[in-house]
Amino acid sequence: MSEDLIEILSKGLAQTIYMVLVTAVISNFLGFLLGITMAITDKGHIWQHLKANKILGTMINIVRSVPEIILIVVLIPVTRIIIGTSLGTTATIVPLTIGVTPYLARVYESALRTVERGKIEAAHAMGANEWQIVFKVIVPEALPAIVRGMTLGMISIIGVTAVAGATGAGGLGDLAIRYGYQRYRTDVLFGTVILIILLVQWVQFLGDFIARSINKKRYKFE
Amino acid sequence: MITISNLSKEYNTPYGKITALKNVNLKISRGDIYGIIGFSGAGKSTLIRCINRLEEPDSGKIEIDNLDITVLDKNKLNESRKKIGMIFQQFNLLDSRTVFDNIAFPLEIDKVPQREIKKRVEEILELVELTDKKDAYPSQLSGGQKQRVGIARALANKPDILLSDEATSALDPLTTFSILELLKDINKKLKITIILITHELDVIRYLCRNTAVIEQGEIIESGKTEELFLNPKSETLRKFIEIISGFERKSPRDIGEVI
Repeated sequence: MSEDLIEILSKGLAQTIYMVLVTAVISNFLGFLLGITMAITDKGHIWQHLKANKILGTMINIVRSVPEIILIVVLIPVTRIIIGTSLGTTATIVPLTIGVTPYLARVYESALRTVERGKIEAAHAMGANEWQIVFKVIVPEALPAIVRGMTLGMISIIGVTAVAGATGAGGLGDLAIRYGYQRYRTDVLFGTVILIILLVQWVQFLGDFIARSINKKRYKFE
Repeated sequence: MITISNLSKEYNTPYGKITALKNVNLKISRGDIYGIIGFSGAGKSTLIRCINRLEEPDSGKIEIDNLDITVLDKNKLNESRKKIGMIFQQFNLLDSRTVFDNIAFPLEIDKVPQREIKKRVEEILELVELTDKKDAYPSQLSGGQKQRVGIARALANKPDILLSDEATSALDPLTTFSILELLKDINKKLKITIILITHELDVIRYLCRNTAVIEQGEIIESGKTEELFLNPKSETLRKFIEIISGFERKSPRDIGEVI
């Protein structure tokens, strides 16, 4: 084990956390909006717009079918326009966000679909409008499913952030390639793997904990 | 006064059109408990759901105090719906909210100030005898208690009309009875008009002053409940009565044989 290991790894970890967090905030927000729109514009739902639903669904599928590593390359011009450069951690956030948002949209869409129609219907019968139904019925009722979806999303963001290392994005994935693969630094390679495992474990634990405590409150028996 | 005139509705299915309602005419007076009975698929659910337009009728009118519900735009419809409470077979309570917050829901929708909500909800909790359960979540309640919350929620906004969509069909006979008692009680205390659909003859017999019988989307007889029972004209009602009285005739002998 070399003396610079801790320094290298902690810098990489900080970069990864930075990319993951910024990507997560933006893509969760956008993915949530898209997910809600997909859910409520579907047939028989509170804001049925089949055409819009179809167009949006197709767009989501198209972006989802492009592998992240290709997306990063394809989006270089877009990244340049937004950030000014296509290199480095901040620039990588653009293709990461675009790659992950459609996935999150699908995750949230299916979480929001878990709400029974009867509850929505009851709210309609009470004279609630569409906004009230979304924010007072659908979202709170789906909350445990939303948290679990968010957990899934965070883990896949950690995954694609590591992949983005291949293009010099910085972070743990970058270390694994530059030190581990190109310079045979096995200690760095294993270090990155362990850190990523810990990161994923921690996110999963936190997500499970939150989802479980919501359910415990709602479904506990005295 | 609720007047339903020439109400019709068809559904398009892959196998062709199905007539759910055919020229339905009904007059329900204020403060009445009006029952609509029929077998599964007779159209009773469609009929009651047309009254607050959870289903859109194809043609016909539904007038509540001379206001035609069927022509209202979205906003006006939502305003009208606030004065029409509804309870459901599956209760449809929100799992994310406590009993208190479930009952507060229609008041929140109506943007009633928080202090008034508290006062009103506590009043209603007392009426349905659930004050001690106000911080419980729906999953912690029995079926009967859930329906009491459903009733409380439906009454929170002081509606003029209460629609009951098979409200007791998922409950055992004893609980059914206590819910019927409660409905009778609130009808008397609050002078609220109750319209209910059911496939349980006991519900009609115990609760409803007036009854209509529906068969294949058509009202085939209606009138005072007692008179209907004394002289049932329709096939549906005869069958209902036969089934029940058949049981009553049979059961003592069956028990005798078992002993």
